[in-house]
Amino acid sequence: MTEEKKTATTELEENEAPAVHEPKPLKEPIVRIVKREDMKFAQRIAVRLTGIVLALLVSAIVIYAITKYNPITVYETMISGAFGTRTRIWSTVKEMLMLTCIAVGLAPAFRMRFWNIGAEGQVLVGGIVTAGCMIYLKDLPSPVLFAVMFCASMLAGALWAFLPALFKAKWNTNETLFTLMMNYVAIQLTSFAVAKWENPFGSNTVGVINQNTRAGWFPTVLGTQYFLNVVLVLLLTVFMFVYLRYTKHGYEIAVVGESENTARYAGINVGAVIIRTLLLSGAVCGLAGCIAVSGASHTISTSTAGGRGFTAIIVAWLAKFNTFTMLLISLLLAFLDSGAGEIASKCKLNDYASQMIIGIILFFILGSEFFINYRLIFRKSGKEAA
Amino acid sequence: MKKKLVSMLMATVMTASLAACGETPAPAGNTPAQTENGGTATAASDVKVGVILVGDENEGYTYAHIDGIKKAAANVGISEDNILWKYSVPEDESCYEAAVDLVDQGCKAVFSNSYGHQSFMQQAAGEYADVQFVAMTGDTAAMSGLSNFSNAFTSVYESRYVSGVVAGMKVAELVDNGALTDANYDADGNVLIGYVGAYPYAEVVSGYTAFFLGVQSVYQNVSMEVTYTNSWFDIAAEGEAANALMADGCVIIGQHADSTGAPAAIQAANAQGKPVYSVGYNVDMLNVAPDAALTSATNNWSVYYTDAFTALVNGEKIPTDWAKGYSADAVAITALGSAAAEGTQAKVDETIAAIKDGSLHVFSTDSFTVGGAKIDSHKVDMNGDFDNEDEEDKEAIWDGYFHESELRAAPSFDLRIDGIKELTAE
Repeated sequence: MTEEKKTATTELEENEAPAVHEPKPLKEPIVRIVKREDMKFAQRIAVRLTGIVLALLVSAIVIYAITKYNPITVYETMISGAFGTRTRIWSTVKEMLMLTCIAVGLAPAFRMRFWNIGAEGQVLVGGIVTAGCMIYLKDLPSPVLFAVMFCASMLAGALWAFLPALFKAKWNTNETLFTLMMNYVAIQLTSFAVAKWENPFGSNTVGVINQNTRAGWFPTVLGTQYFLNVVLVLLLTVFMFVYLRYTKHGYEIAVVGESENTARYAGINVGAVIIRTLLLSGAVCGLAGCIAVSGASHTISTSTAGGRGFTAIIVAWLAKFNTFTMLLISLLLAFLDSGAGEIASKCKLNDYASQMIIGIILFFILGSEFFINYRLIFRKSGKEAA
Repeated sequence: MKKKLVSMLMATVMTASLAACGETPAPAGNTPAQTENGGTATAASDVKVGVILVGDENEGYTYAHIDGIKKAAANVGISEDNILWKYSVPEDESCYEAAVDLVDQGCKAVFSNSYGHQSFMQQAAGEYADVQFVAMTGDTAAMSGLSNFSNAFTSVYESRYVSGVVAGMKVAELVDNGALTDANYDADGNVLIGYVGAYPYAEVVSGYTAFFLGVQSVYQNVSMEVTYTNSWFDIAAEGEAANALMADGCVIIGQHADSTGAPAAIQAANAQGKPVYSVGYNVDMLNVAPDAALTSATNNWSVYYTDAFTALVNGEKIPTDWAKGYSADAVAITALGSAAAEGTQAKVDETIAAIKDGSLHVFSTDSFTVGGAKIDSHKVDMNGDFDNEDEEDKEAIWDGYFHESELRAAPSFDLRIDGIKELTAE
């Protein structure tokens, strides 16, 4: 589902401007879709709010039609599921930070129009390496262990992104397919690592790593075990915002993204920019893997990434590469996810029913982006006679 | 940009505080009342229980748990509204989060029903000393050093043995009727049977060995092939595994995996006239395999949950290692299918009676050999390092049989006995 949405957005983006400014056609189509860039901030907010209200209405109808539950109760359950207790708030925040971190990693690649679909794999290899450090280097002093884990996971993620980047830069291969396939390699590697480290033998799970010593676990600070997650992700968010917007690198990325030829004309070494940007993108995703393992799950399995690498693509796109907006979008998605789980549990609805609600809400949110970027022009009825 | 950041923070804080108003927080000092002599009883209807399930009611193993919990709650007088369910919780950190969330909602005890949940349950148990945690089918409670962490499992090997007896009767009948062809025998003239297992470790090994010995108790000359699917629930893989086993010539397919994949595949082959029959697990398979299902080995979880809930309501500790079988009616086999051989019911009743009165021991050392030799000593891992070479590890064979599930609740019989071949073991 995630990928389809992504592709849809991509196409919209690529069908940009030129095609639509035709000089008076012989017969006007009933509806024309025209790119718009003039919408005011307040208008955008209004469109989005309308989208959300419509989404809630439609899901309310669906909920009632299927389950006969009062939709308001169901929405209340969602909110309490995501924010009802301190633990739930932190759990939602943790999920939000995970998505943000990966989306921040994707931002520079997407900004350059390099379709990095490989975040899932980059997160996983980062996670494998982190788990490996926790298992084999557990006797190192904490600060050293953390330094090793951070560096190793970033290197692993960077390597995973470097390969497709190199091929793109040197031979102009299709990066979408290449990064996508790298995911499957990473998933197999994860299964291999799980089989190697499984505990107990034959159970096919690694279990909680260093359960008693807590070596390599993010420490509990200010009463929360997710303190370091917050700090790291916020730092990355600020860094990436500045990097993309105010540095020479960021400018080069934007130029390459707009047009490789222009970039070449301006004397930018396109290949070098692609490789450099993907190293950064992969490193941040690898670090996200480290945060997932060391800062949250303390185990490794294929669900360590659990599709977040794909969901983060939606986040990055909806946020238009603004890393602060990513925090908000991630919060929304994390909220929907925790909320849906609670509906399943409280209202005795099946998981799938709550997934439907998420689907409806996402559909409307993506839909409202369409109306923000494009204008529908209907054929005037007067002209019809002509 | 600064303005945006501030407004964003505001929004987050507002949402959080809004939510806080929405729900009445649990009272802060919510520790259970306890006295020196074992604790005080709480009104049963006030006790909240949390349940973490690996699947939902559409999956046989989990359905059996849900059913058992509901019956037990009714027995003990716990209101159904006070049972909080978490469905489809994967065997990863989501289990820890689910457990903590249940504690937040005031649960006095949290149960999880899959092996892979165990280490996450233990993590939660270490952090919430006043709540009891039970990892069903787990094996680390006794040595975890935590007084609020327990394991439990039925002695399902007993009902697997009995289901093996049912299969053995069928094999004998097929041989007598001349229904088998050469393809159904191995090179040594043994009738081939098969088994679809989930994972290659003690829980599964113990189960298929008990099944095999049950078959052999009726019809000695059989050999068994075991394939693993590496999943507890995978309809397609279990169906494929059954097809592969049938292609090898196996006439009875047992299973230790939770879906109806194997019985459905066997029913399809049976309908084409092949002499193949299924012995299921957890639930009656007659509706998916009306002509091919002989019976299923099942657990009656309500027996355990009733014991556990009673302890909880009385303010006592839930038993650290609980394992009961036919003696407490905690295990059973489902109604025999029409394909079962004549006289099976009588043989089954006889076997169950022998297990109950202690005259029959499933893992009697007289009934199996390893590497051609009789075994008189085998230690069980007791300290959780998954070998059996330490001082803490205990001898499980005495009085002429392997004492399954007596030293710890989880199955521990992991000997690979003669006559059984694991096809996909790594």
